Amino acid sequence: MDKTSYIIRPLGETGLIVTFGDQISPQIHKKVKNLADYIEKHSFSGFYEYVISYTSVAVFYNPFIIKNENAAKDKTAYKIVSEIIESYITAASRLPQPQPHTVEIPVCYGGDYGPDISFVADHNKLAVDEVIEIHSQNTYLVYMIGFCPGFPYLGGMDERIATPRRAEPRLSIPAGSIGIAGKQTGGYPISTPGGWQLIGRTPIDLFRPDSLTPSLLHSGDMVKFISISPEKYQQLKGDKS
Amino acid sequence: MSLQIIRPGLLTSIQDTGRYGYQKIGVLVSGAMDVYSMRIANILVGNDENEGTLEITLLGPTIEFTADTLIAVTGGDFQPIIDGMPVPYMRPVAVKAGAIMKFGSCHTGCRAYIAVAGGFDITAVMGSKSTYMRAGIGGFKGRALQKGDSLNTGSPNPFGQQMLFHLLSRGAQSFAEARWYIGKTHVSAESLHKPIRVTAGLHYKYFDQQSKYSFFSSDYIITNNADRMGYRLKGDSLKTEKPLEIISEAIGLGTIQVPPQGMPIILMADHQSVAGYPVIAQAIAVDAARIAQMKPNDHIHFKLISNEESERLFIEMEKYMENIKIAVNAKLQN
Repeated sequence: MDKTSYIIRPLGETGLIVTFGDQISPQIHKKVKNLADYIEKHSFSGFYEYVISYTSVAVFYNPFIIKNENAAKDKTAYKIVSEIIESYITAASRLPQPQPHTVEIPVCYGGDYGPDISFVADHNKLAVDEVIEIHSQNTYLVYMIGFCPGFPYLGGMDERIATPRRAEPRLSIPAGSIGIAGKQTGGYPISTPGGWQLIGRTPIDLFRPDSLTPSLLHSGDMVKFISISPEKYQQLKGDKS
Repeated sequence: MSLQIIRPGLLTSIQDTGRYGYQKIGVLVSGAMDVYSMRIANILVGNDENEGTLEITLLGPTIEFTADTLIAVTGGDFQPIIDGMPVPYMRPVAVKAGAIMKFGSCHTGCRAYIAVAGGFDITAVMGSKSTYMRAGIGGFKGRALQKGDSLNTGSPNPFGQQMLFHLLSRGAQSFAEARWYIGKTHVSAESLHKPIRVTAGLHYKYFDQQSKYSFFSSDYIITNNADRMGYRLKGDSLKTEKPLEIISEAIGLGTIQVPPQGMPIILMADHQSVAGYPVIAQAIAVDAARIAQMKPNDHIHFKLISNEESERLFIEMEKYMENIKIAVNAKLQN
């Protein structure tokens, strides 16, 4: 990674944002993920947290602590943190790429769990079984988690099943619902209103607030959906409770 | 020892300095909207600054204390009373068992903070006692307080305990307050009328000349859509020179974004981690606490300052907070 391939800008006085490009792509995501992983392992005094998005990593910090802990009195906290992050980017680029973690998510497609699957099939002139086959054959990249706790922004959906959002959003989508919105697919960790076309539901929890690892998915993971029967859904749901 | 909620008020929830480290899995920071008032309330009763407090909004609660409790109230002026007597702000107050404290509507500001010595005996979720209401995470059962809730309090530290005994030894009927208090506050009519200082946002340079001029020369009015997530404003319409294709990226407390209809939104404590609208400006942290004390129909005038200046103001405020802590600790410990 060369020095010219990113820019750093202030995000108010308590943050900065490192941007690696202006395209949503697995290549840019890798740079984002590398830096985030490096920060995760090399926290520094005054550091609060980082936020991953498609093309950037934001770093939040407390300027008062940063300044107190640094001898260079003429430097701003922004300058100090920028230099730390620049050194991290260089160091991170020398590390070997870790293998992505693949997470299998069982999904019961169609029926009551996926009431919009026929609409998705009709819209794309496919049979319901073909929608299931296409959706469950790809492996999806988790670009980031956001919108609500544990909600993955997935990349890599086959455009043959792309379908516009519902004209009338539902007031409540059950937790675990798997849906399609345009060229995107994703799953709802908690019950929330939404306009996605629902094609199935997973019996496993995408988010558990009291767990040490609350989110099932993390930025950089790969996701594979596994089609299961309603009986299997009930069985997995039962095992959990 | 507990606080019984007789009336919850409009929106009363437990908030601390926020839940950091989990935005990467979609969990918002939350925390007190006016974090400086909240931290001062804790300092006044000998708590860790980050202890959970009650954040009350626009119309306050009615609370019964089941045991002698040391409290402090800071922030917006809700004119609280116990037995018809006004309870003063910005100082430790010893409340006797059985006392009922009633908060009215908010006269100056919008939000007040009630700290109790020893804090609230609830489990921190992901490192914080803040309530993230939309996801039902943290605080008291993940939600705003309701009538009939009973909030257990923790044990005060020795200094809080000592101050409680000291104040009660005066033989008060239902409460007794310290004679000393913190005089300076950003929650005054005068302070709230001053401009809100901002730094240039990530997309400031893409706004057209007229928008850049309007944003800093005309007033914006806070609409009724103003809550913990953000404040929608109305005023002169803003637009970028050309439509911008923005890939969603991180935003922060005080980020001011402009959706296509042209009316700015200031993002507050419960903001999403990423968003995709052009960002014209970023309110400085010190002034985000003043925005938190403003309410619908209040006018905001924005003033542009440099990044260096905003950092200097942040540090100055932290030094002031340290001085308050030193002064209050000296009072609590003698």
